[in-house]
Amino acid sequence: MAAPGSGAARPGATNGREGAPALPTGRTIELLLLVFAAVIVTGALVLVEANQEQELTPTLLYVGLAYLVVLTLAHLAVRRFAPYADPLILPSVALLNGLGLVMIHRLDLADQDRAALLGQPLPGSLVFKQILWTAVGLALFIAVLWRVKDHRTLARYGFTCGFVGLVLLALPGLLPSSISEVNGAKLWIRIGGAGIQPGEFAKILLIVFFAAFLVQKRDLFSTAGRRFLGMELPRARDLAPLLVAWGLSVGVLVVERDLGSSLLFFGILLVLLYAATERVSWMLIGLGFFVVGALIAYQLFGHVQVRVQVWLDPFADYANRGYQIAQALFGLGTGGVGGTGLGAGRPDLVPFAESDFIWSSLGEELGLIGLASILVVYLVLITRGLRSALAVRDSFGKLLATGLSFAVALQIFVVIGGVTKLIPLTGLTLPFLSYGGSSLVANYALVAMLLRISNAARAPLTRRPAAPAVPIADAGTELVQRPAVGPTTGPLPGPTGGRP
Amino acid sequence: MNTPIRRIAIAVMALVLLLLGNLTYVQVVKAGDYRDDPRNQRVLLAEYARKRGQISADGQVLAQSVETDDRLKYQRQYTDGPAYSPLTGYYSVIYSSSGIERYADPVLNGSDDRLFARRLSDLITGRDPSGGNVVLTVKPSVQERAYEEMSKKGFEGAVVALQPKTGEILAMVSTPSFDPNPLASHNSGTQQQAWKADNAADPATLPNRAIDQTFPPGSTFKLVDTAAALQNGYTPDSQLTAAPNITLTGTNTTLENYAGTQCGTGQTASLREALARSCNTAFAQLGGELGADKIRAQADAFGIGRSDLSIPMPVTASGVGDLPDTAAVQQSSIGQRDVRLTPLQNAMIVASIANGGQTMAPHLIKEVQGPNLDVIDTTEPDRLGRSMPADVASTLTDLMLGSEARTSGGGKITGVQIASKTGTAEHGTDPKNTPPHAWYVAFAPANDPQVAVAVLVENGGDRALEATGGSVAAPIGRAVIAEALRGGQ
Repeated sequence: MAAPGSGAARPGATNGREGAPALPTGRTIELLLLVFAAVIVTGALVLVEANQEQELTPTLLYVGLAYLVVLTLAHLAVRRFAPYADPLILPSVALLNGLGLVMIHRLDLADQDRAALLGQPLPGSLVFKQILWTAVGLALFIAVLWRVKDHRTLARYGFTCGFVGLVLLALPGLLPSSISEVNGAKLWIRIGGAGIQPGEFAKILLIVFFAAFLVQKRDLFSTAGRRFLGMELPRARDLAPLLVAWGLSVGVLVVERDLGSSLLFFGILLVLLYAATERVSWMLIGLGFFVVGALIAYQLFGHVQVRVQVWLDPFADYANRGYQIAQALFGLGTGGVGGTGLGAGRPDLVPFAESDFIWSSLGEELGLIGLASILVVYLVLITRGLRSALAVRDSFGKLLATGLSFAVALQIFVVIGGVTKLIPLTGLTLPFLSYGGSSLVANYALVAMLLRISNAARAPLTRRPAAPAVPIADAGTELVQRPAVGPTTGPLPGPTGGRP
Repeated sequence: MNTPIRRIAIAVMALVLLLLGNLTYVQVVKAGDYRDDPRNQRVLLAEYARKRGQISADGQVLAQSVETDDRLKYQRQYTDGPAYSPLTGYYSVIYSSSGIERYADPVLNGSDDRLFARRLSDLITGRDPSGGNVVLTVKPSVQERAYEEMSKKGFEGAVVALQPKTGEILAMVSTPSFDPNPLASHNSGTQQQAWKADNAADPATLPNRAIDQTFPPGSTFKLVDTAAALQNGYTPDSQLTAAPNITLTGTNTTLENYAGTQCGTGQTASLREALARSCNTAFAQLGGELGADKIRAQADAFGIGRSDLSIPMPVTASGVGDLPDTAAVQQSSIGQRDVRLTPLQNAMIVASIANGGQTMAPHLIKEVQGPNLDVIDTTEPDRLGRSMPADVASTLTDLMLGSEARTSGGGKITGVQIASKTGTAEHGTDPKNTPPHAWYVAFAPANDPQVAVAVLVENGGDRALEATGGSVAAPIGRAVIAEALRGGQ
């Protein structure tokens, strides 16, 4: 219905914004959904407080207010800097972040219980730290939306991003263990009490780099592809990026002893390669590399063998290595379909219940129903990101949005699969749910970039900053390019703007 | 590049489906296994957050949960802890539970089927779920008197008092005892300290001697011999040897009377006199004549050897041991060798005689109440079996009156006829130089029995080697009987 309108609006674009009201921005929907998310989170908090028989403390009130302020500011920032951004992404994030805060608060209460029982001093409040990290995340979120007016500018910094990303990734591995090692994995930079995991930021920077790199390289591929038409396998020298990716992830595995990050990097880069080249053979070759790498890693590294043994039978070494996963399974089993109710279970029996194992904490108290709902929220977030990738006009944006969305997807698969004994356990956090500053802040930046791309995908052509200044002739050349990608996708993004 | 992106989206959905499938497996298919795994403490811990029912007896609260300021919500409190701890047991966050706390746990924590309707209404009205109450058959005055009598002289041992007509346990004391209050503390340091101290205590304080341990019954076992004899052609006037000692059949071992005395004045002694004087030689002869089968059959009829008895705490099985030859039967007939009874079992024997040969199932729970004190279930008296015909019981009662008449020790009650038997049981690797266990089993009034007691004082009490059932245990038994009858039973 908006299709003829957008065509008609183009000539009128110069004389004002009359055309704008015809194109819904989705901001009202976003606001309503944010309110909805806030209501759910508040309800969850009330349940926790009721089941734990708590009275509202000032700290909790501040945390709650801070959460609402973060939602409001994020919404205002989107209104201001990315008015056509996808309206479902931010509410999904708000809901996940809110539920994470509630669960972290709930585990705080359990820790305080235990300390009181053992006569130890009360532990610090993790939820208070987490809301501070949320505020930092919001700051970065707004900064990205504000400073990155057009995601395509990021492509120009592709190699810079790649370099910085590599440095961040390698840094903990090169630093002495006293600074970088926590629970056997060298992922941290810890100075004083605070610590960050640079890998979380490296992940995003490397996605930017690979998207930019592959878009450049893709033109070469298309010419090369014509020359070697009918050839199933890519040329040996084109394997270089894959080899680099593989080497990178193996390096992470060896130096930083982190299975999860290694798997994550390799998976993301493989998927980006596939999206850029459209060749399934890349996937097959990549999976081959993965299998070989996994087998070698299993043979060479004790920590990989331990992980696999614990995965196969966590109860064989229940008291030591299997304890955590066994307790997580007990928690999930006790929760069953309906869960014990928020605040009525004992998720604190699982070590790292608030970070790596927050999924089993949620599963114990919300049950299968709750976990399935949260998975759907993640799925909404990921598919809206991929939808933006489909709708955005430029190749770099497509690759970037795909990479960012898939990063979230793979990460939740690796974490949830690990906690529920589907795959061997790895040490990663759940985006937005788990306690952990670096993960939260980095993922807020990730979402800001997704919103920026979705804004570009949904905004009418006339509203794009470049459009009014560029002569009709230039706009025409852009239209010629699009059918090359696929004639059916050409008319879709602009006029309909990806409206659901 | 939209085609690969669409495929990636489909792959992502497949991954999520895989996660959902696995979650369903973990939380639905395997959920029961995980929930009920003994290593999973969650179900247990949930109990501690619920208001647990109270344990009371005759209107007196023995154990209750009181709300606290800390977040474990409910603190278990015991009134007069040590006197009642063999009954109530303890309830500890770290060390689990014992006694009624453990064996009536489904009622107390509210999960018992009888409380189903209540749970349903809790669910609908949103009321906090709470457990049911347990009312014990115990008479607090009798229990406290028995505990006082045992503990004031520092005796180790047990007292059991039964209502012979119903099997209700009127008192069950085990000394030295423990205080369950520190074990229920919300401070784990206090808990650990108390647990350590209780376990290190010598003599032990945690076991309930009345049901957890067995002891040689000594001469009190002669009641079993006599019951068997009276049903197998013997009369109170049947003559038995009065020799101060005899040699056991087929051995060189001699068995002698207490202090090596003649049984009365004659060459022979009647069964009546032999029981009154508790002559070992006479009963060894009697047992030998009756034979292993008849002794064992009579013991079984009293419930000795049952391993399925619960009150609801499980009662350790008593037993007469192996009886391979006549010498063994002769030795066992005076309650030595491998004969071992719990104090409760010994009380059941006299209770059965008191009830005309009908043994009643001993029980501790009188009523189960809902959280609002309405009665949900009442324990009906249950017959365990018949140990002897009524006329035999009445003859035996008569013989026991003779025994009481010859029993020394203080505390005789004027106007009340007590039928009793004492026992002084040797034990240990050097029996002659080890202070004996002193027993007193009795019921009263003889013509209309209202209470049957068994008193055990281990290792001679305050009389050491000189101890006898009459001098050490009888005064306690009589005091307990007096207290039970005072209540106008």
